[in-house]
Amino acid sequence: MADFLVQLVIAFVKAFLVVNTVLLAAATLVYVERRVAAWIQDRIGPNRVGPFGLLQPFADVIKLYFKEDLVPALADRTYHRLAPLISIAVALSLYAVIPIADSIIVGGERIPISVAPGINVGVLYILAMTSIGVYGIVLAGWASNNKYSLLGGLRSSAQMISYELALGLSIVGVVMVAGTLDLSEIVARQKYVWNIVYQPLGFLLFLIASFAETNRAPFDLPEAEPELVGGYHTEYSGMKFGLFFLAEYSNMVVASLMMVTLFLGGWHVPFIPDLPQWLGLQEGSVGLVLFQAGVTLSKTAVLLFFFIWVRWTVPRFRYDQLMRLGWRVLLPLALLNIVVTGALLLFLGSV
Amino acid sequence: MNITQNTEAQRMSFWERLYLPEIVRGLGITLRQMFKPKFTRQYPEERWEPLGSYRGRPVLVLDEDGERCVACGLCSRVCPALAIEVQAAETEREKERYPVKFEINMLRCIYCGYCEEVCPEEAIVMSKDYELVFEDRESAIFGKEQLLVPIAQLQDRLEFLRRYK
Repeated sequence: MADFLVQLVIAFVKAFLVVNTVLLAAATLVYVERRVAAWIQDRIGPNRVGPFGLLQPFADVIKLYFKEDLVPALADRTYHRLAPLISIAVALSLYAVIPIADSIIVGGERIPISVAPGINVGVLYILAMTSIGVYGIVLAGWASNNKYSLLGGLRSSAQMISYELALGLSIVGVVMVAGTLDLSEIVARQKYVWNIVYQPLGFLLFLIASFAETNRAPFDLPEAEPELVGGYHTEYSGMKFGLFFLAEYSNMVVASLMMVTLFLGGWHVPFIPDLPQWLGLQEGSVGLVLFQAGVTLSKTAVLLFFFIWVRWTVPRFRYDQLMRLGWRVLLPLALLNIVVTGALLLFLGSV
Repeated sequence: MNITQNTEAQRMSFWERLYLPEIVRGLGITLRQMFKPKFTRQYPEERWEPLGSYRGRPVLVLDEDGERCVACGLCSRVCPALAIEVQAAETEREKERYPVKFEINMLRCIYCGYCEEVCPEEAIVMSKDYELVFEDRESAIFGKEQLLVPIAQLQDRLEFLRRYK
């Protein structure tokens, strides 16, 4: 019983840290997005609130809390309220299995850093949870009782289902190379050679599919503002809208973390994987964990910058182009990737 | 029959149809754009000084020997937005008419400059003042104390009118 309680407290502390880090990261990301967008468009961007405008996202959140919470008269109130909750809950629960660093040793006991360690189907969990995230968007579109919201919700469900296939199949290659579905294990095996070397096509497919999964820029059809007003969150105001916003950015962070974990070697330093040892960081020490977290998060930050950079470069796809790309290009390529990976593994024995 | 074919295959080369290389090229353009100098003016610190041709809020000219306005009411008559109200009165001075009341409703004013054009005394001119903020409707009605501006501050505009009116 006491052991169970200790486990519970440890898990709670980790979850608390992770959720707060994520929310902070999402807030910072909103700021970075606005700033980068401004730079690309020859503007300066938010620079008034706090040093360099860094407190702008907090000002925005406070503003959102003070806004009136409108529900359309003919909306389905229950589902209208439920939809943003589903979105944000799913977005936050995704972090449970992502390993940001290895494990820490406290009092001779090994405590892994991810909230739910040792889940041997971590990859499947991520795929399953992202699928549930669609419900939040579809329900929001349907419950608002607004044609633009409904169209946004429909587009989103079609798009996410189409790209989930390519996304899942592009991971299969990694799983075949690594021989495990446990994310910490996958990272541990990339110490000397990252998976992107074995799976360049898989990485590209995952990158493109995750752009579509997170409803980001060339694939942001669900909220295409010139056509659909605001898409599924047209009828949301105040902090309910804020929750959708937060979920979207949090999903971006998850997608980037997944790419780092699966393809870009997680917490390993590029080219000099033994650097922490040279620096004298002990296995299981706090220093090593912080170092590893730093490496993971820096890689994630680079990918997030890429997400933003692409958004302000590439124009939006047309709906038929989106579907054609998903089903006629990405899906066959993903299948081809699996076949080639399987054949190579078979002929070369193993990696 | 002269049918021109205009298919994607003809318009684009193989590499362009692959799409990804072109995206990378686009990313290069936006990356270069990020480091270009910005044109944004940091407004409250860096203010913009308009030229004489700028039509800011209309003001009444205050000469060395008092206000120029003779309360003829032409500006009020010509104002398309009905923003100006003038009430005349008489004095013992050489210029025997003056406005006891001269009000411009700044919520109505459309900065067209007709009042300035029609004024026979060059008594009402458009200023450079573009910072107009009110907290309620009453304070948006400017009376004589807000409208009268010493002639020294209006030299640019008067010069402009002399040249181009």
